[in-house]
Amino acid sequence: MSDHEYTPKSKVGKWFNDRLPLLTLANHLTDYPTPKNLNYWWTFGGILTFCLITQIITGIVLGMHYVAHADLAFQSVEHIMRDVNYGWLIRYVHANGASMFFLAVYIHIFRSLYYGSYKSPREVIWIIGMLIYFLMMATAFMGYVLPWGQMSFWGATVITNLFSAIPLVGESITNWLWGGYSVDNPTLTRFFSLHYLFPFLILGLVVLHIWALHVPGNNNPIGIDIKKPSKDTVPFHPYIVIKDAFALLIFLLIFAFFVFFSPNILGHADNYIEANPLVTPAHIVPEWYLLPFYAILRSVPDKLLGVIAMFAAIFVLVILPWLDTSKVRSTVFRPIYKQFYWFLVADVLILGYVGAMPAEGLYLLIARVATAYYFAHFLIILPFLGMKEKTTPLPLSITEPVLGGSADMAMAKNNLDFKEKL
Amino acid sequence: MSDSEKKKPNRRDFIVTATTAAGAVGVGAVVWPLVDQMNPDASVKALASTEVDISAVEPGQSITVLWRGKPVFIKRRTQDEIDSARAVDLSELKHPEKDEDRAKNPEWLVMLGVCTHLGCVPLNDKGDYGAWFCPCHGSHYDTSGRIRKGPAPTNMEVPKYEFVNSNTIKIG
Repeated sequence: MSDHEYTPKSKVGKWFNDRLPLLTLANHLTDYPTPKNLNYWWTFGGILTFCLITQIITGIVLGMHYVAHADLAFQSVEHIMRDVNYGWLIRYVHANGASMFFLAVYIHIFRSLYYGSYKSPREVIWIIGMLIYFLMMATAFMGYVLPWGQMSFWGATVITNLFSAIPLVGESITNWLWGGYSVDNPTLTRFFSLHYLFPFLILGLVVLHIWALHVPGNNNPIGIDIKKPSKDTVPFHPYIVIKDAFALLIFLLIFAFFVFFSPNILGHADNYIEANPLVTPAHIVPEWYLLPFYAILRSVPDKLLGVIAMFAAIFVLVILPWLDTSKVRSTVFRPIYKQFYWFLVADVLILGYVGAMPAEGLYLLIARVATAYYFAHFLIILPFLGMKEKTTPLPLSITEPVLGGSADMAMAKNNLDFKEKL
Repeated sequence: MSDSEKKKPNRRDFIVTATTAAGAVGVGAVVWPLVDQMNPDASVKALASTEVDISAVEPGQSITVLWRGKPVFIKRRTQDEIDSARAVDLSELKHPEKDEDRAKNPEWLVMLGVCTHLGCVPLNDKGDYGAWFCPCHGSHYDTSGRIRKGPAPTNMEVPKYEFVNSNTIKIG
């Protein structure tokens, strides 16, 4: 964005910057022009970066005490909880941190859906984001296996068995994933290795995500391009830094509540029973953040089609920039889409709820309707609505509604006329 | 603006100081668990003492037991060994310690079997003083486990121990 040349003031700084322009980068990040109308839904990028760093630091610490072996893993987690200095705190931060990470990422994704941040020219940011989301799910799933409790073991069995639905090679693939004929020690050790690797891949993708963001710059609640950088933007530091920091503190209050007052409320009691390959718990459920996809999987009465539907539910998000045909980004100016947006939010919440319930009777019926609606939203409603919908007039610039107090076109024009008279 | 007015802290100064102080306490509270988790944990501390049965040790014999992951030499010394250890003039020693202070019960010498140079385990009945010799870098110890020759800076360490009864030593 800021293309102006930057020269460090000190001689040493200039010498270094000529060889590795880190100071130019720091200057870019500090001065980065940000739309001045960003609301608190835009603070979740910073919060998510914090979540990732927290998970990496606590994860490295846990890796110092955890033993990746089928006979020792469960005991080593109890050892962390009981013996290691502050081990309980570090493990609870890591376990609840995963949930907080997903809470933040869902808000971040739904913010993007509401304000059309995935639309041109930000498709690549969106696709990288979806890759991060997918890797997060894989990382969280493998992390959940490591304590080697009953839910770990049977969750791993169910999820890896998804691949057995693939025709012809399904069994070979599952045996390859397991390193045997069932989930066992080889599965555990490779999950530990990959669970340690993936966060660093995510970190690399986050760098690309931010890089891609800094090419066109931030979208904003009004969803229109920046007309006059000097009027429509503020520098990232200190304005956005302070706003992000404040939002992060509020987020940390919620985070700390879970860690200190109900650290196990998001988990399952069954995972405090050591893995037993001979007995499956009565009711297998994934962690809450995977429930909508789990509901989609179970709503299809065919093994292969169920798996396809589940992966398609994620893939449909990847191609979203080309499914939504509306040129208007922000939902603020799309009265009909605004209703469908909230229908989608409700639909995903319903899918999450029925995903936690037994797959029978009314729950199954609701899951099927909600699954059908989920795909209809992306594959039917979005393409047609974009072509048919009559959007409300867009303001001429970010500054108009901010200073004029209204997003109304007429008002904006009046303001413009008024200024021209001046 | 006069000097006295300049020095008077205003509300903003107070807020900045209070925020920085609270932030420093918060950062400290986050960093300390991350540092402390690497200290010996409760399961390690629980193994901090070991009881050893010494009833089968004959005069002149030495046994080695594991305590806190390190070897401890328990030597039942002969009268000759005691006499030679006690006869040494303290001025000859690099790290002057009386044998009476190192072995309260002269017959029993209890010490960490770790060379004070770089942590190898010295060999028994070897070296110029007929006691311990470290093969790693050639440190010679006498019958009281005191350094006499070679690079080690200090005598082999005597841990805290007590005789629970005449047949049992509790180390740690």
